[in-house]
Amino acid sequence: MILKGKAHKFGDDINTDYIISGKYKFKSLDFNEMSKHLFEDLDPEFYKKINPDDIIVAGKNFGCGSSREQAPLVIKYAGISLVIAKSFARIFYRNSINVGLPLLEADTDEIDNGDELEVDLFQGKIYNKTKNITILSKSTFPDIMVKILQAGGLVEYLKKEGDFKI
Amino acid sequence: MGKTIAEKIFSNHANKDVKAGDIIIAKLDALMGQDGTSPLAIKVFEELGGTRVINPEKVLLVMDHSVPPPNEGVANLHKLMREFAEKYGTQITEFGEGVCHQVFMERGLATPGSLVIGADSHTCTYGALNCFSTGVGSSELAAAMYTGKLWFKVPSTVKININGKLPKGVVSKDIILYLVGYFKADGLTYKAIEFDGETIRDLSIDGRATITNMVVEMGAKAGIMPFDEKTKEFFKNIGIVINNGIEADKDAEYESIYNFDISNLEPQVALPHTVDNVYPISQIEKIKIHEAFIGTCTNGRLEDLRYAAQILKGKKVNKNVKLIITPASKRIYMQALKEGLIETFLNAGAVVTNPGCGPCVGTHQGVPADGENVISTANRNFKGRMGNNKALIHLASPLTVAASAIKGEITDPREFLD
Ligand code: SF4
Repeated sequence: MILKGKAHKFGDDINTDYIISGKYKFKSLDFNEMSKHLFEDLDPEFYKKINPDDIIVAGKNFGCGSSREQAPLVIKYAGISLVIAKSFARIFYRNSINVGLPLLEADTDEIDNGDELEVDLFQGKIYNKTKNITILSKSTFPDIMVKILQAGGLVEYLKKEGDFKI
Repeated sequence: MGKTIAEKIFSNHANKDVKAGDIIIAKLDALMGQDGTSPLAIKVFEELGGTRVINPEKVLLVMDHSVPPPNEGVANLHKLMREFAEKYGTQITEFGEGVCHQVFMERGLATPGSLVIGADSHTCTYGALNCFSTGVGSSELAAAMYTGKLWFKVPSTVKININGKLPKGVVSKDIILYLVGYFKADGLTYKAIEFDGETIRDLSIDGRATITNMVVEMGAKAGIMPFDEKTKEFFKNIGIVINNGIEADKDAEYESIYNFDISNLEPQVALPHTVDNVYPISQIEKIKIHEAFIGTCTNGRLEDLRYAAQILKGKKVNKNVKLIITPASKRIYMQALKEGLIETFLNAGAVVTNPGCGPCVGTHQGVPADGENVISTANRNFKGRMGNNKALIHLASPLTVAASAIKGEITDPREFLD
């Protein structure tokens, strides 16, 4: 899977309340509408700055906090193609894969806001076009995660396979 | 090589010998969804083309985050949950029965040795009852209702022994705040934690649940307490006979073992805006308080209300402070009524709300004003958490919150205890 886009850089410990405030998740199940509030508490104008396929880049422990799947869904619906962070919180990590939002763990120090990136997801290779450097990810996806991502998410995976398979 | 509690529970549910690091498919014993996550799970279940829920009597849907509904959006989501429960025969809470984790435990759905998932990050709470429980998202709740199973990576286990007699005015909340400050927000990511030691053994189930509730604030997947007479007693009180729990093997392999002595621990406070920003109360400068909140799945249990009443009895809440108290469940509320705790709270000038999440997540009651300082017994103090990103949230024990509500500033509860 090859993904290309511009980086939006964030810091450490970006929690799910910052991604989408709790007050919106009770309003509806309309994710197009909710995605307008992505990162609203950090940057009220953020939604307007996104171009399709842009990439979120962050520090450690991205997605900590609640189990709300609305967080990765809202990121996905906002048009973001991938999140790269030094590390992810556990539930957020699983939720993202399940809704078909790819994630990659890598050292993000050499990626700045606005850098153009080209990423080979399953090879774990990030090419920073702007800086002309390549960053390698150390993490690998277990087979079952690759299958879920390739299917486009957990629903599609289960529809195809009928059950969990290892 | 011996096994940890987590490895034993996963082996039992995968029907084969598993060890930390293995990717497995495991059968689930019980599932939970609350009103922030169930509606999406229902939508996903329908997308999957689900026609029946596996073991529906072991699935509990809870309306707690926004009860009674503050607007038509929430009311409609609750309606969706009710219709789903009716159609597929799952359990659902009665109106205002309480916060999901407390009700789940009171209904006896989390038993020693069981494997439980819930679409809420604080599902780890049930580890207080010697089971493995962990939070997942809505899609996985849907997948689990559809298949009865889920895939897991068996976590490695960190053992935390806590010894020493708790000093006066220091309670289990102070222990877990101290641990979160020590390990930090991502310090135990993906780990299972086994707790033991004389302090842990001395704690009530209520006190243990406060600790397991917050293990996710260090990134952990689960926190598991030992099985003992107190666990048995808990189940006896809800009409269930359970004689055995799961113990780790003597030669179990731990990723690391930590020993803490808490004999000199002080009351702890987490300052805004992260849970791991923890200080002993003596190191905190004067902080004026505008709102105080006692409740939640962390500290809304009977023991917590008793602590609060101990401080508030015969006192008045400071005139600049809004004190809100939310019992975690109706069962607790009724017992608190019997014991006269609710009368104590009302006489002191508190507002007592219906059981549920209350102001914890900012979806309805008790939203603070701009620039206000809040002291709360909840488990999170993120910016915007209580519905206003211009408020500042401090976390502490029910004793500390009650004492602070009286003085109007963050106060060491030992001033009020003789
Ligand atoms: S009380 Fe707070 S932390 Fe607990 S389930 Fe409710 S919203 Fe979540």
